[in-house]
Amino acid sequence: MTGADRIRVANAQGFWGDSLEAPLLQMRQGPIDYLTLDYLAEVTMSILQKQRARDGNAGYARDFVEMIGRGACDIVERGIKVVANAGGVHPIACAEATALALQRAGISKGLKIGVVLGDDILPRLDELLERGVPLSNMDTGEPLSAIRSRVQSANVYLGAAPVAEALDQGAQIVITGRCADAALTLGPAIHEFGWRMDDWTRLAAGTVAGHAIECGTQSTGGNCQYDWESIPDFDNIGYPIAEIGRTGDVVITKHEGTGGRVNVPGVTEQLLYEIGDPSTYITPDVIADFTSIDLTQDGLDRVRLSGVGGRPATDFYKVSISYSSGFRAIGLLVYGWPDAARKARKAEQILRARLNHLGLTFDAIHAEYIGANACHGDALSGPFHPDTPEVALRVGVRGNDRKAVERFTREIAPLALNGPPVVTYVGGRPKVEEVVAYWPALIPKSEVSWNVVMREVDA
Amino acid sequence: MPRVCLLEVAHARSGDKGDCANIGLIALRPELYPLLVEQVTAGRVKEHFRELCHGPVERFELPKLHALNFLLHQSLDGGGTVSLRTDAQGKTYSAALLRMEIDVP
Repeated sequence: MTGADRIRVANAQGFWGDSLEAPLLQMRQGPIDYLTLDYLAEVTMSILQKQRARDGNAGYARDFVEMIGRGACDIVERGIKVVANAGGVHPIACAEATALALQRAGISKGLKIGVVLGDDILPRLDELLERGVPLSNMDTGEPLSAIRSRVQSANVYLGAAPVAEALDQGAQIVITGRCADAALTLGPAIHEFGWRMDDWTRLAAGTVAGHAIECGTQSTGGNCQYDWESIPDFDNIGYPIAEIGRTGDVVITKHEGTGGRVNVPGVTEQLLYEIGDPSTYITPDVIADFTSIDLTQDGLDRVRLSGVGGRPATDFYKVSISYSSGFRAIGLLVYGWPDAARKARKAEQILRARLNHLGLTFDAIHAEYIGANACHGDALSGPFHPDTPEVALRVGVRGNDRKAVERFTREIAPLALNGPPVVTYVGGRPKVEEVVAYWPALIPKSEVSWNVVMREVDA
Repeated sequence: MPRVCLLEVAHARSGDKGDCANIGLIALRPELYPLLVEQVTAGRVKEHFRELCHGPVERFELPKLHALNFLLHQSLDGGGTVSLRTDAQGKTYSAALLRMEIDVP
């Protein structure tokens, strides 16, 4: 516990691939105490696992390390603490690379990096299965044994306690692997205010604060449908900041002078983003109730968030398991006016027939006509319009036979010459990708033990 | 009774969890919320998304935020990493829902 009554927790990365400048701007455009960075979407862990399989020193968010190098002065001079799930499937390697980046920046001797370990249960899977922990798929109920041989990664969503522990031990940078997104925000609040781990109402408030900012500018005007055209200065959009008070009061805001907008409709959109039952938002630390939340405008670009309900956490952690599930490839051909969509559909029919002639079978063949039906399907998009300027045929296949998928990739380009007219071939031959599927499961908390390793930066 | 697109009375945001999409639907003004509750039922949403959603649709109410949350199970062709769809994560399903028409007094 520190003496602060209020902290400013900033988010500067809503997913891996978000703005490279945002972390630096969040530190330079106004006061913040914590910089949180969320790199791990559901799909990200499988990508990192592939990278680690190719290179034993990879498997974490390299963008993070580059950012630390560029922002080392800001972090040290302003005393900003950084909390990031950049560790991916290899937090130790991430911490080593981060320490090296700080060393190279030449100003960071003695700075402590806290590494949260214990989320990776891949080496323990067989032991867990033998002991009767089924790790069944939460959606389908199937036991993990059905896909055990194809598992590529298995990571527990850890909570805020390890983050708080690393901060308690003096870490200025905390690197985690898989953890609940909101834990990046809740951890600092627990550390600063000494909130007890059974103070459900405050833990829920900190969790919802984290949820509100974890997707970057989605709470400051980005990807916001409400009156989107009047949102100012997207080019200089401010990333979100959660002001969290000792008693659990929360204001969502952004730095003065930045673009974007923080208002009740926009924050409401983000609160509802990627949630299930709003009365039962389950995290490792608490069950938060969104249905009692009040949002009020509290000055320009400030939204006050109150009334979050909290109930005791469950006895389980969620586990994110990825497994190899065949191959896919997706090709693109663009057809021009007139009757662009009809040409695209004809080309699809020809392609399907040719795949048949070749005796190729797939688990799925799927075609969409970008410009006519790709986002919302035929039923909602309505009939094809003959005057649509152009339509892209986007056609993909998925299956277990890599050779069949590869053969499919050779059948796209020929259509430019031997199919319907007014066509242009873009992007080159499609690449065959390995499909990594996602298997959500639960594990009793008693089966998981996390720990924090401290790494001090050398001179 | 005039019939209007949800676009005129609500805004929305959508995202994914595995093969399940969620759509948060928010009334543009508090007094419009009861219309959403009454007319944008789970059954109508399932029918609206019949081409894209192959599982059940669940609906949850957030009266204090004048909002409904919908879960569209089995609606992303297997989910983000598996799907062959352009919108593999259901990001545009929010607007797809806003195409639905309801009666307003």
